[in-house]
Amino acid sequence: MNWESVIGLEIHAQLATNSKIFSGASTRYGGEPNTQACAVDLGLPGVLPVLNREAVSMAVKFGLATASTIASRSVFARKNYFYPDLPKGYQISQYELPIVQGGHLDIQWEEAGSGSESETKSKRVGITRAHLEEDAGKSLHEDFQGMTGVDLNRAGTPLIEIVSEPDMRSAREAVAYMRKIHALVRYLEICDGNMQEGSFRCDANISIRPKGDEKLGTRTELKNLNSFRFVERAIEYEIERQIDVLETGGKVIQETRLYDPDNNETRPMRSKEEANDYRYFPDPDLLPVVVDADFVENIRDTLPELPDAKKSRFESEYGLSPIDAGLLTSGRELAEFYEKTVTASGGQAKLSANWIMVELAGALNKVGMDITESPVDAGMLGGLTRRIADGTLSGKLAKQVFDAMWKGEGHADDIIDAKGLRQVTDTGEIDGLIDEAIANNPAQVAQYRAGKDKLLGFFVGLIMKASKGKANPGKVNERLRTKLSE
Amino acid sequence: MHHKSLTELSAALQGRKISSEELTRFFLDRIGRLDTTLNSFITVTEELALEQARSADKRIAAGDAGVLTGIPVAHKDIFCTQGVRTTCGSRMLENFSAPYDATAIARIASSGTVMLGKTNMDEFAMGSSNETSYFGPVKNPWDGERVPGGSSGGSAAAVAARLAPIATGTDTGGSIRQPASFCNVTGIKPTYGRVSRYGMIAYASSLDQGGVIARNAEDAALLLGAMAGVDPRDSTSVDLPVPDYMTTLSESLRGVKVGLPREWYGDGLDSGVRAVVEAALTSLAGLGVELVDINLPHSPYCIPCYYVIAMSEASSNLSRYDGVRFGHRCENPRDLLDLYIRSRAEGFGTEVKRRIMTGTFSLSAGYYDAYYLKALKVRRLIAEDFRRAFEKVDILAGPVAPTPAFALGEHMDDPVTMYLQDIYTLPLNLAGLPGMSVPAGFDRGLPVGLQLIANHWEEARLFNMAHRYQQETDWHHFVPSRFAGQSETEQNDPD
Repeated sequence: MNWESVIGLEIHAQLATNSKIFSGASTRYGGEPNTQACAVDLGLPGVLPVLNREAVSMAVKFGLATASTIASRSVFARKNYFYPDLPKGYQISQYELPIVQGGHLDIQWEEAGSGSESETKSKRVGITRAHLEEDAGKSLHEDFQGMTGVDLNRAGTPLIEIVSEPDMRSAREAVAYMRKIHALVRYLEICDGNMQEGSFRCDANISIRPKGDEKLGTRTELKNLNSFRFVERAIEYEIERQIDVLETGGKVIQETRLYDPDNNETRPMRSKEEANDYRYFPDPDLLPVVVDADFVENIRDTLPELPDAKKSRFESEYGLSPIDAGLLTSGRELAEFYEKTVTASGGQAKLSANWIMVELAGALNKVGMDITESPVDAGMLGGLTRRIADGTLSGKLAKQVFDAMWKGEGHADDIIDAKGLRQVTDTGEIDGLIDEAIANNPAQVAQYRAGKDKLLGFFVGLIMKASKGKANPGKVNERLRTKLSE
Repeated sequence: MHHKSLTELSAALQGRKISSEELTRFFLDRIGRLDTTLNSFITVTEELALEQARSADKRIAAGDAGVLTGIPVAHKDIFCTQGVRTTCGSRMLENFSAPYDATAIARIASSGTVMLGKTNMDEFAMGSSNETSYFGPVKNPWDGERVPGGSSGGSAAAVAARLAPIATGTDTGGSIRQPASFCNVTGIKPTYGRVSRYGMIAYASSLDQGGVIARNAEDAALLLGAMAGVDPRDSTSVDLPVPDYMTTLSESLRGVKVGLPREWYGDGLDSGVRAVVEAALTSLAGLGVELVDINLPHSPYCIPCYYVIAMSEASSNLSRYDGVRFGHRCENPRDLLDLYIRSRAEGFGTEVKRRIMTGTFSLSAGYYDAYYLKALKVRRLIAEDFRRAFEKVDILAGPVAPTPAFALGEHMDDPVTMYLQDIYTLPLNLAGLPGMSVPAGFDRGLPVGLQLIANHWEEARLFNMAHRYQQETDWHHFVPSRFAGQSETEQNDPD
């Protein structure tokens, strides 16, 4: 049978506020356990939550960036369950009335086309809602023989949970959506996006149905997807598993499953029957969040250029292909790096794009750094592409200069001067070398003139060698042809 | 000394007739001698009290004293007090000491008061008789076989027996007013949002409100003035100025309209209580008020509505007592579930468990709409009843509780009868309104209070009416003979 998978994602993004959503304690990551948990975070008797206004602003930012409705009145509720890292015995979250409702996001992804070329696809993914809530603490099961340690530093860190419509049909689309949200929250500077530290986390709801069916199949929820790669692999595995179950006459059970990246498989965590009844009810300690039009408009005024707008601008302003523009705007820092490079290069838009996407990306990849950590900054890279464009450097020389810049030897011009890497384009100088080669190799000259064209390469080689690689290869070719034909 | 009002004590302190240390020793001595049978205190903070008294004396000597400087106060053991244990009447918190002061306590302390100790209460404020306290029941000073009311029974008994000049209390469904009525003291539950709930251990967050139990309305007005006001740490506290209640205390009552909710004078009201209340209304009429009948048509739904909301909130509020971070933890838990189950089973008493179970049930999937959500809707209708009433009248007056103090153990096996104790008090909590219990007479030797209710934020009206009434009557001067002492001006038992 031809199956179609239906995927929706729930993304938790920690908001980059200085203090917690309901207390003044710091949200900094990596502190000694339980040093950033105040009486409110510990859920001591009598303490009360007070909403952090900045967290509300950040949620509104997200809503505006996804064309969502900002609820003028939203309500915090209590989600009740017992767990040692949940100090109050309930999580404060938004349930019936979330602050962000009904938006969307456009995604692009590559898919194998009919030929060998891959095809760029795009679609609009609905955002059902995004709500504010507090993070729980962490239970540490290692290092405490037979016991569990509880670190409440994370308890009360603000989160937005972004719930998508079940609009995605493949793991690839899901990853494209997740990447887009990731880029967006970083553009908006509302989340640092750090997946290792858990600032950006994802759960996936997956079901399958015979292609063409309207009715949704039974879904499972996948947890613990803390990298883009895991999301893709876990969803692919889960789709295959569900197909297997149905094709061998079984039934998919509604349950929560945990992805195990070591064995690349999903395992049941709890079924619907074992699911908690969270007994949601409005939190009487907090007033409804009332957001007026002025507040929203003031935030709208602070919104940066968003990825889609930036991508279009890169296409029109720099003449980049949609793919290149998409890649270069996939992160705010990368886009900024690119624009600075172009400026420093004196407007070399395509050359700069290529150098960033090929040489620089390759070098960064090799050592596992991201663009913000690059030892070659935008000004330096722009200085390099400027010298390629004006003919000072050949491609080969440029790579040498890049390597030297990477090692911290300074700017392109300094390196070119220090190493004497300037390309020789002077006709007189090149002609001198050619004359010398012709004089020293009369036999080959005769053969060439008798019609053995291939010998041109032999002469080019001689001249490049004599110039120590600095002669402009185009110029050498051109002058050789002329001289040999004289 | 124990018969003096706060104003009189304050004058004595400022005039150096007595030092705060002497005054404090006087009350500590009374507590030591007289509280053994009463059990109104869970913790007496003798050393701290004397230390605070000495520093109050320094402030007085330095001319840096306010009206409350040097005045001893007792606090209900529901208010967190930094470094002094706060039990909330529960085994769960038998050894809990908070690293912070409740805002209300900090405000009172900053005016230079002296904390005598922490008063007994129903466990987590869940009770109307003070019998659910893990630290044993409080006895009614008027009759040691009877309850003092609850949940602020310790505060009411302590003030009634003159073991403290004044005390704090909290009121979720009547927990200040009903014990005030049972013990012949004056109690005020202010408007919801008037006093910060920060550091006040939650029973039912949308209903809980801190207040005062005092010898008279003037004293209560003084202390409430010091406690009240917006608190950035409590989002439900309201940013409205706190008026100086003292300036309007003695205003004339001529022409003030007093509404009598007919539903509160029907079946279920003890005839003796009715007689006392009606006599009090006659006294008020003598002061020039106009009595008007009004209706609160949704009165029959108040009790179920209140208990669904209160227990639902309580079931969630009490989840934090899990034996993990603080409070009672069972011995040698086998695993996490065992830790939770045994810690909570051992730490909580029967009534608390009953309310957690009931509240959990009413919030559960499939029952939420029928119970909790419906209760919220009814709550709005009840508030609407009051809103309409206050379009016609300035104050409502009625009984505080259906009966005078009942016998210890009388209702312990019948929770529903116990819950009916709150029938006239809890509607105010549902509507967020301020209410007062004022000593109004005696029935068969037991005190009976008159309940006065004002519109939101109109505590000043309550103090005014109660004060004028207390100038015309002397019910609030009566002290049970066992605790009356040798003072010449004292009034003993009424019969």
